[in-house]
Amino acid sequence: MPGIAVALALLAIVGGSLAALIATVPPDLGAILADRYLHHVLLFTSLQAGLSSLLSVGIALPVARALARRGRFPGRSLLLRLFALPMVMPAIVAVFAIVAVYGHGGWLGWLADGLGFDMGGFLYGLTGILIGHVFFNMPFAARALLAALEAVPGESWRLAAQLGMSSGQVFRLIEWPALKGALAGVAGLVFMLCFASFAVTLTLGGGPAWASLEAAIYEALRYDFDLGRAAVLALMQLAISGGLLLALHRVLQPAPVSPGLGRAIERPDVVGRGRAAGDAALLVLAALYVGLPVLAVILSGLAGALGRVLGSGDTWLAAGIGIAIAAGATLLAVLGALALIAGGQRWRRWGAFQFAGSLPLAASPLALGAGLFVLLTRLGGSLDDGLFLVALVNGFMGLPYVLRVVAPAAREVGERHDRLCASLGIAGWRRWRLIDLPLLRRPIGLAAGLVAALSIGDLGAIALFGTPRTATLPLLIYQQLAAYRLDQAAATSLLLIGLAFACFAAVERLLGGPARG
Amino acid sequence: MLELRGVVFRYQDMEMRFDLDVAAGECVAVIGPSGAGKSTLLALVAGFEKPAAGRILVAGRDVTSDPPAARPVTSLFQEHNLFAHLTAAENVGLGIDPGLRLDLAGRAKVGEALAHVGLSGFEGRLPGQLSGGERQRVALARSLVRNRPLLLLDEPFAALGPAQRREMLDLVNALARDRGFTVLFVSHQPDDARHAAGRTVFVQDGRVACDGPTAQLFAPPLPKALAEYLG
Repeated sequence: MPGIAVALALLAIVGGSLAALIATVPPDLGAILADRYLHHVLLFTSLQAGLSSLLSVGIALPVARALARRGRFPGRSLLLRLFALPMVMPAIVAVFAIVAVYGHGGWLGWLADGLGFDMGGFLYGLTGILIGHVFFNMPFAARALLAALEAVPGESWRLAAQLGMSSGQVFRLIEWPALKGALAGVAGLVFMLCFASFAVTLTLGGGPAWASLEAAIYEALRYDFDLGRAAVLALMQLAISGGLLLALHRVLQPAPVSPGLGRAIERPDVVGRGRAAGDAALLVLAALYVGLPVLAVILSGLAGALGRVLGSGDTWLAAGIGIAIAAGATLLAVLGALALIAGGQRWRRWGAFQFAGSLPLAASPLALGAGLFVLLTRLGGSLDDGLFLVALVNGFMGLPYVLRVVAPAAREVGERHDRLCASLGIAGWRRWRLIDLPLLRRPIGLAAGLVAALSIGDLGAIALFGTPRTATLPLLIYQQLAAYRLDQAAATSLLLIGLAFACFAAVERLLGGPARG
Repeated sequence: MLELRGVVFRYQDMEMRFDLDVAAGECVAVIGPSGAGKSTLLALVAGFEKPAAGRILVAGRDVTSDPPAARPVTSLFQEHNLFAHLTAAENVGLGIDPGLRLDLAGRAKVGEALAHVGLSGFEGRLPGQLSGGERQRVALARSLVRNRPLLLLDEPFAALGPAQRREMLDLVNALARDRGFTVLFVSHQPDDARHAAGRTVFVQDGRVACDGPTAQLFAPPLPKALAEYLG
């Protein structure tokens, strides 16, 4: 049965990768584990993940409160949509955006020069990583916390108004109890994302002193050719991520594709001009923090070496390779997820198949990629053959997303039609062809589009397997950033965003069908 | 006790206009079809909504521009009157101090209020451990410790069965007489008006369509609008 086959395949991929890594662990394991650099990397990764989570959530909290307090104001829905952007931006593009604003010769530097003081090169290192992670995660956390506040019944705010609660009392008695639940899940998710962060830490970290675990795996493999150390690092990454997932999976539970946020809340308890000014200032700052880098990408891209980039054969080759990999990844992710869903239907053991589908969340592209890299070299392959592994890794990492989008819809379809199908004798492949696929077309199209866009914009596995002849656009951007060719990076970033969006739209349209009226 | 003079409120494409006079100590039922503006009327008096025009006077004082906390009013809603993570005693205590800093005298008052509504010993219970009727009683107890002269009830007993509803209305009336409260309550059940209210106001299309002593209002011949509503 395909469902079981896929579940086993997922286990095999993880297991095979683990086995290859374990087999590669050198006999002087003790020496490696005692290596101070390893400790440093581990400590630093945890430190930056912890600080990033604290900052992201710590800033998101007052922002969400301000948004909930302000009710309807002009630009509210625009602001919320802006906040949804960073999560879906290709990581390397966001990195470029941050460099464009905060880096040497960036917008902020230009402003500082104009005002007559020297900012120095503060971007690379811990500061840069924190700025990047907060850019990604604060808006997403703010949206999640706002959703929690919007779930509070309207009567509570009316009571607060009538009882004369101060703003502090409102926080203690109404807002905090409502936010408490969501906070753990959000913070946990942000921590896991920052712990496994690669593009941000690799680029904005600026070097071995500020390397994360993922970046260290990359450096061990690509620069030092030290398979043994890479294996140890990868195993640690997998162990920690796996442990975090196990510890947090109950808390992380409901995180569906974020629905549109509801109408603004009626807040009769909010009075006072001082408070309004404070809220407005905070929201403006948050909007600038997220909006300026986005603006920087668009403007720099348009002003950058667009002509040169578009005229270069390398660019189009990279785009083509990216599309090919994305196609493979999308196919694998969608087929894999559908097979798991079919298995869940057939055996009525949703839990087990859901768990298999969540395995990729415990892995990270570099760690997994390292294991597959080792397997590849053992089997005598070369880096050029590695591209299909990139598609495999990307598909693997995209599978949980497809599952999360399609599985709920599939269960609904099942509940509605299971009995009829059983009584008419429609089962198996025929059932999928006649009933399930047509009804699930839209969510499948949406999920597939997401995976395609994520794969196109991904800088992860490709960093491991890419060669100068087989780069994708994200890798190209990374190389351009490293060579400080910011104008080229700008143009390529703009192209990448366009391509990612085009892929999303094309795949969604292709698989999901035309938009219904 | 309560005067609404030319109070105008615009909601979507409906314009509501209320003129109403309620004497101290009265118990007035506000009935009418869905969307007529009954809840809006109460929200305007409480200060949760701001009128576009007109004046609202409570106890002779113009409260039109006062925030809810400054008005001598206590509101009870259909549900969500209590905070789920606070005990019954704490929920009542909010009526004394919204920061819940109660001294011994305060706590004694809370105990007394709960006893008055028949919930002695329920101080430590959480709302989740109470029935619907018990939760509304806790909210009533809070209105006792707040001791504001005007009590606004927005269908607070709608989720209860008929006998229980009458019991709760009797309790409200008893407490109100005891403290000298004026009561305005919204209900979807004309029987509630007949049972508990000395006066009934029929609201339709954002206006007070009929107004009078309950017995007289429900005695034939009924005004056309009221007859249509009652069926």
